Amino acid sequence: MAKTDNGGATRTDLLDRELSGLDHLETALPSRRSRTARIWAAAWPKLLAVAIVLIVWQLVVWSGWKPEYVLPGPRAVWDSFVANFSTNMDAAWTTLQRGFKGFAFALVIGTIVGALVARNRVLRSAIGSLITGLQTMPSVAWFPLAILLFKLGEGAIFFVVVLGAAPSIANGLISGIDHIQPILLRAGTVLGARRWKLFRYVILPAALPSFVAGLKQGWAFAWRSLLAGELIVLIPGQFSLGQQLDANRQLSDSAGVIAVMIVILIIGILVDALLFGTADRAIRRRYGLVDTAAA
Amino acid sequence: MTRSRAVERPRVDEPASEVPPPEAGSGAPIILRGTSKVYGHAGDAVPALDRVSLDVRAGEFVCLLGASGCGKSTLLNLVAGLDSPTSGTVEVHGGTTLMFQEAALFPWLTAQGNVELALKLQGVPKAQRRARVRELLQVVHLEGFERKLPHELSGGMRQRVQLARALAQGADILLMDEPFGALDAMTRDLLHDEIERLWREQGLTILFVTHNVREAVRLGDRVVLLSSRPGRVVAEFPVVIPRPRRIESHPVADLASVITNELREEVRRHGED
Repeated sequence: MAKTDNGGATRTDLLDRELSGLDHLETALPSRRSRTARIWAAAWPKLLAVAIVLIVWQLVVWSGWKPEYVLPGPRAVWDSFVANFSTNMDAAWTTLQRGFKGFAFALVIGTIVGALVARNRVLRSAIGSLITGLQTMPSVAWFPLAILLFKLGEGAIFFVVVLGAAPSIANGLISGIDHIQPILLRAGTVLGARRWKLFRYVILPAALPSFVAGLKQGWAFAWRSLLAGELIVLIPGQFSLGQQLDANRQLSDSAGVIAVMIVILIIGILVDALLFGTADRAIRRRYGLVDTAAA
Repeated sequence: MTRSRAVERPRVDEPASEVPPPEAGSGAPIILRGTSKVYGHAGDAVPALDRVSLDVRAGEFVCLLGASGCGKSTLLNLVAGLDSPTSGTVEVHGGTTLMFQEAALFPWLTAQGNVELALKLQGVPKAQRRARVRELLQVVHLEGFERKLPHELSGGMRQRVQLARALAQGADILLMDEPFGALDAMTRDLLHDEIERLWREQGLTILFVTHNVREAVRLGDRVVLLSSRPGRVVAEFPVVIPRPRRIESHPVADLASVITNELREEVRRHGED
């Protein structure tokens, strides 16, 4: 290290060189795999799992456990899916719109309530455990009341979707704020951030990873509540995924029922993976919460 | 209980090399007189600091040394104005800034983002911030790492970003709470050189808390030894070893062993009762 005899170099020059030498040694980044390699590494286990499910399904059908008009095979479901594609897409669009509207409203409510409860001791002891209670309550239990309040209509579904998602969103924010490292708050205070500025520049960003985890969970609850709602609250003359499920059941069209179920499943996975999964990963990477060598 | 703080932060775009003239009647930027701090209430009160009197002169580098429970961090909090004394006075003339031991950088901001936030919170207009950030990161030799996130930097680099962020406040009193405690020995040696250089170039007044005796002797003009539970000043050692010093040199080691003996005696007292 510094023991070399560098004739003319001053002490400061040496210090500069030593510092930058150490810096470069300590920040060598692990080499990253190519994009295609990473996508393939993520994709093949999923494709394999789907293939296994399809094979097992087909084997069960072939075994003759149930007659084929009750439990159709993958082929029949695929045919039904193709035949009803445009109806199913219409229905999916209606359902998705309901989902996003309810979720957006839940986001506003949940964030406000979460922020207030996290920062206010009285509010916390008043409604903190109520929020967790609401979270564990099955959303279906809300429908009788929702129908009495809003009649059989959009309002009832919206109400239950919001109640399904908002507690998770609020809880995500609350636990995010609760788990902020005290040293970050101290650092913020030392730098001159007080009250709103402390909240805006330190507390909110520090709570972000947990907040996004809450959003992810909130979406899962919203999607479940929504489908339950569409099965119970049938609005005449309107296509929705829940209504399609019910219509196909009444026609004893098992293939149609399974095709709609698969649409529901795929939408759930896509929204979760593309929207929340991507945001979650990006945030965790930025905050240094993932092991980059393993990712 | 009295407590006076005359905090006049200099404008941030001015070089921090000018120490503001001390107010009439006081010669020092930090004056503690019979300062005590007790946590909790009557029954289960825990005294953290007990009648500490300490002056830190302008431009002086003072190291506070003590075992666990000597109230070092409490003392820094009092000087930084984050807490107020139970009795006695804390007088501070000039702006203070505090640098921490561990990961006190905001993990969601890059190196330059962290420094810039300090300027933003000081009310520095956006147009001036960029240039000032670059300047500050150059001061701590981090050019080229502006856009790195804290977790992408080594421990020593993170501490230098913290240093740049502290300097961004334009304070002339730098309080350091075991800033190099978690670093490996080689990095720590380099950062000793670095902080000494900044102290000299910027005319800072530094109050540096550590439990590492050699580090205290390596850096300080004066080493102040605190007792534990409650913290009390038990001895002061002026360090007359000429700079630049090396931590492994004989004069540093000799004085360090004298101070270590005192420190051990202090720790032993707690073993007996």
